[in-house]
Amino acid sequence: MIRELSWLDLAYLVLAMRWTIVLTLLALSGGGIVGLLVAACGASRHAGWRYLAKAYVSLVQGIPLLAWLFIFYFGLSIVGYNLPPWIAATIGFSVYAGAFLGEIWRGALISIPRTQWEAALAIGLTYFEQLRHIIIPQAARVAIAPTVGFVVQLIKNTSLAAVIGFVELTREGQLTTSSTFQPFAVYLIVAALYFCLCYPLTRYSRTLERKRRVVR
Amino acid sequence: MAYKFQFRDVFAQKDAIWDGLVLTLQLSAGTIALGFVAGVLVATVLVYGKPWAQNAARAYVEVIRNTPLIVQLFLIFFGLPSLGVKLDVITASVIALTINLAAYTAEIVRAGFESIPKSQIEAGTSLGLTGPQVFRHVVLLPALKNVYPSLTSQFVLMMLATSLVSQISAADLFHAGSIIQSRTFRDFEVYTVIALLYLCLSLLMRGGFVVCYRIFFRRP
Repeated sequence: MIRELSWLDLAYLVLAMRWTIVLTLLALSGGGIVGLLVAACGASRHAGWRYLAKAYVSLVQGIPLLAWLFIFYFGLSIVGYNLPPWIAATIGFSVYAGAFLGEIWRGALISIPRTQWEAALAIGLTYFEQLRHIIIPQAARVAIAPTVGFVVQLIKNTSLAAVIGFVELTREGQLTTSSTFQPFAVYLIVAALYFCLCYPLTRYSRTLERKRRVVR
Repeated sequence: MAYKFQFRDVFAQKDAIWDGLVLTLQLSAGTIALGFVAGVLVATVLVYGKPWAQNAARAYVEVIRNTPLIVQLFLIFFGLPSLGVKLDVITASVIALTINLAAYTAEIVRAGFESIPKSQIEAGTSLGLTGPQVFRHVVLLPALKNVYPSLTSQFVLMMLATSLVSQISAADLFHAGSIIQSRTFRDFEVYTVIALLYLCLSLLMRGGFVVCYRIFFRRP
């Protein structure tokens, strides 16, 4: 049954944004944990850990996100877990976000001069105190702008969850298109909604970047 | 675990994989070439254009960079026909991917342009170089050299992103995966093989770009 595109469709599309946001937040929490591990390994003094982190990052960044989603979606069902799409998507996006966040945070960690560690050691802080009070506060300032920039990438990429049947903004757009048959209007609205989510963050990331340069 | 992996069924379909691989390579090469040229043009406008042109270029870059590629692809392939513009799947893919890559390239190259100190340009002019000569030798090539790493990772990401065209049924490598999946029902095996092929492609590309750097930016 083909019907007209109405305000109700717009309302549904706006409501579908919440699943895009939820998926982004889930991926950020999962990816944050993975990313911390990757960054810690990547900034380690032992070459073995560094290679491990590097291998993980090149593996994840060398395969399309679409393929990761399919592998987790189909792969985990083979092992016997018949997962709903949102869990498969969360795992897939966490793996993906972990690699990118790990690279960003590793860069921030190694940008802190060696002497800061040594000074912290010299005033008698333990390893975790060094991290907690000296290194992370400085590294966080370096990392925040690119991290926010990556969140924009992540929001846009959650659109791929549509292909494994997770109903977020893009999937809702596909569903609306198939019932109203007005692809141009619908996808234009979908694009505009993504823009409303992403553009403020892009601006924010740029402001942070500028502030950091001034402080330095 | 009772499941038996059967990769043999997948490899029996190597013709489909090969055809897909060829299209993926063609799409990537075409998009990267077009997107790079367009991106450099947009970056030139962003930095050296008239104010209105700068604003237009900035709006283009922001709109593209803040919306998902798959929505851009859907808009061009499914949306444009309702305005009377019918594109076949390959043309639509190339257009969407090029528009997308050009925006990212423009932003990267812009940063490169801005990394060139003004005094360099003045030095070039005072040596008697013409405007285009200054642009080519003093601005463009050093700028590209400065942003080479981010530019080439963007190209690799674009090659991976060509997998999205499978969603508008262009018969690329990823689409070959879904065809084989529907023939054999070996979904996990299929996508593992496809993923490894993409991994090989991206490693080859990265290696290739390192070699290119040595060739193009070698100091005599």
